[in-house]
Amino acid sequence: MASKHYPTPMLDVLEEGPWPSFISGFKRLRDEHPDERIRSTVNGLLGQLEHSYETRMGYWKGGTVSVFGYGGGIIPRFSEVGDAFPESKEFHTIRVQPPAGNFYTTDMLNQLADSWEKWGSGLVTFHGQTGNIMFIGTTTEGTQHFFDDINEYGWDLGGAGPCVRTGMCCVGAARCEQSCTSEQVVMRHLMNNFTDDVHRPALPYKFKFKVSGCPNDCVNAIERADFAVIGTWRDDMKVDQAEVKNFVEAKGRQYVIDNVISRCPTNAIALNDDDTITVDNHNCVRCMHCLNVMNKALHVGDDKGVTILIGGKRTLKIGDLMGTVVVPFMKLEDDDDYEKIVEMAEEIIDFWAENGLEHERCGEMIERIGLVNFLEGIGIDVDPHMLNNPRQSSYVRTDGWDEEAENWFARKREEKASA
Amino acid sequence: MAAEMRQPIESGCPDGFQYMHPVMLRNYGQWKYHEHPRPGVLLHVAHSGDKIWTVKAGTTRILDVFALRKLTEIGDKLGDGFVRFTIRSNIEYMVADEAKVEPMIAALEEAGFIVGGTANSVSTLSHTQGWLHCDIPGTDASGVVKAMMDELIDDFRNCDMPNRVHITTSCCQINCGGQGDIAINVQHTKPPKINHDLVGNACERPSVVARCPVAAIRPAMVNGKPSLEVDERKCICCGACYPPCPPMQINDHEFTQLAVWVGGNHSNARGKPTFQKLVAAGVPNNPPRWPEATAIVKRILQCYKESAKDWERINDWIERIGWPRFFEMTNLPFTKYHVDNWRGSRSSLNASTHIRF
Ligand code: SF4
Repeated sequence: MASKHYPTPMLDVLEEGPWPSFISGFKRLRDEHPDERIRSTVNGLLGQLEHSYETRMGYWKGGTVSVFGYGGGIIPRFSEVGDAFPESKEFHTIRVQPPAGNFYTTDMLNQLADSWEKWGSGLVTFHGQTGNIMFIGTTTEGTQHFFDDINEYGWDLGGAGPCVRTGMCCVGAARCEQSCTSEQVVMRHLMNNFTDDVHRPALPYKFKFKVSGCPNDCVNAIERADFAVIGTWRDDMKVDQAEVKNFVEAKGRQYVIDNVISRCPTNAIALNDDDTITVDNHNCVRCMHCLNVMNKALHVGDDKGVTILIGGKRTLKIGDLMGTVVVPFMKLEDDDDYEKIVEMAEEIIDFWAENGLEHERCGEMIERIGLVNFLEGIGIDVDPHMLNNPRQSSYVRTDGWDEEAENWFARKREEKASA
Repeated sequence: MAAEMRQPIESGCPDGFQYMHPVMLRNYGQWKYHEHPRPGVLLHVAHSGDKIWTVKAGTTRILDVFALRKLTEIGDKLGDGFVRFTIRSNIEYMVADEAKVEPMIAALEEAGFIVGGTANSVSTLSHTQGWLHCDIPGTDASGVVKAMMDELIDDFRNCDMPNRVHITTSCCQINCGGQGDIAINVQHTKPPKINHDLVGNACERPSVVARCPVAAIRPAMVNGKPSLEVDERKCICCGACYPPCPPMQINDHEFTQLAVWVGGNHSNARGKPTFQKLVAAGVPNNPPRWPEATAIVKRILQCYKESAKDWERINDWIERIGWPRFFEMTNLPFTKYHVDNWRGSRSSLNASTHIRF
């Protein structure tokens, strides 16, 4: 049995071509790994995958597997064709939270590889779509052993099921001049306040935090996160006019006009006759385009903070939704600020846990009940920054208008007084 | 029994600072600008004058421990021992000494990894789990990506597109998979085939009924057993009922196909973030190399490369040239299926005389 390799004529085709081949990697494990357990597991896996390629169907089913003390974090996989490929008939994935910012030392990666070789298939992905390290392929028993191993040296499971899922943040302040917040710190404050909700799925559906340090939003937070934190700034962008001149000289005025000036969505930049630029900072929407093009000359301002958007998600059930601005700007500098953002997240998750239907994402709930009801539920005032434009339908009751108008003016007076 | 079990340490998300390159630690939040000295390499310069080079490489994404150890060995021997992974699963090595860059590139290429993926490249396709590990997959994921990257490798290496291109694939129609400049996603074309003998035991029927976006499912007695029925005229073949009820098999070796979407853009640069739009369906799900899907992707990329202006992402480009021209250039058929009828769809209709001739 052990020496018999399942034939893989279709998969073999994927060993051709210049891009590195995962099939060649599987075969290395099958043929060269010192541990017979790994060799034979991966042989079974190759057999089943070939079967999928030939029949164009998948053959894994879910189940219930977790580690002691937790309710989630594992993606259980049992083979529906385990009789034909018994070596890999249990092949669960273990989702492990990566360090904020996805940093590793080579030593730590080697240590993780050692543990995984001891208990798993030897296949791993950095990272899955949500952001977990995916240790792909072990038995129910191996799941517990592997977790016990790596949990001792600092690694914990991510989310699976209706729970707070593993978060994601960009490289940010660690290596990016456009960073407007301390992405990793924000992410860990949020994530590690909810470890219980990560490990014990009891929410209506999944809930994701993602943190991008600037509006380029490298981790797709607005499109994919229930709670998107995006770094931004509210004072003037910094212009190094000497570098502007260098850029104009190197690229030519026409290039600057075509690629910087005329691409600004709000026409907020002008190129002057002396090859300097003038920025209309009140109308700059912090889109990042000009800073991306002229990254030596233009820099984010000093009064940094974050914008928070709620409710982004992919298709299921009502269609894709972008997050909506719920907090146009907040500072994130001292402990009080961090406490505030964590409290807001708690408020939102609590409200959604109470009001969301089964399998309804936060954004879908907002769509169903309306933004105003959501905001009232979490105690946040309406703000014109939350909209593209005010209502265009006249089908609305406005009998509370005077009171609401007075609220608005009172808020404005307060803001002015505290400024 | 339970008493012998080890209690978990609920440590949550680990601190990234402990694994960060000392130069990055020292200059945290103090970066001034970056340059792109060559494809696959970034140079970041801090206000202090400190510099850090990043060498980026594409891998198989699903790494076997041999490949992982090869990657760490290169980082140990030729780098500074500090790495990170991007959201498209490329590995990045950070080094403080420029002299380390070229040897590292040579070693990575020698070991079969592909250096590139920076700036205006077609970066590695992000993908879901597929036949390899998903419980509801309509297609494979890693195989699609390998087959496509074989053909897009020059665009990964050369970084000479008008702007960056993110491609994603998804092995079901509804759930995982991200938004992309180009997305290759499963598209089912027939309603689920129901195994009525199993539904009663395997499925929580009310939640399956609730899962359908078009209310096409109703409880029914079939052959004297409690089951579920689908109104096939209403069914949009999305497969949302399949995960909570595996006997409602949506995947089919023939009728599960692929669709290609374009113009998803996560960035706020220039316009607001955009969702991807359908451009081609009926694409055969054709392992092991999916040549039909790859051909469409290549054609779109070629038109984009030839016709887009600098800094235009695919959505910016199409917004400028208009959809009629896009279909004309790419030679893709325009059909009634491109006209949206889902909620909010009216805003996708042209209520103006803005027409290009
Ligand atoms: S495939 Fe989609 S539309 Fe059809 S019955 Fe299932 S959930 Fe409803």
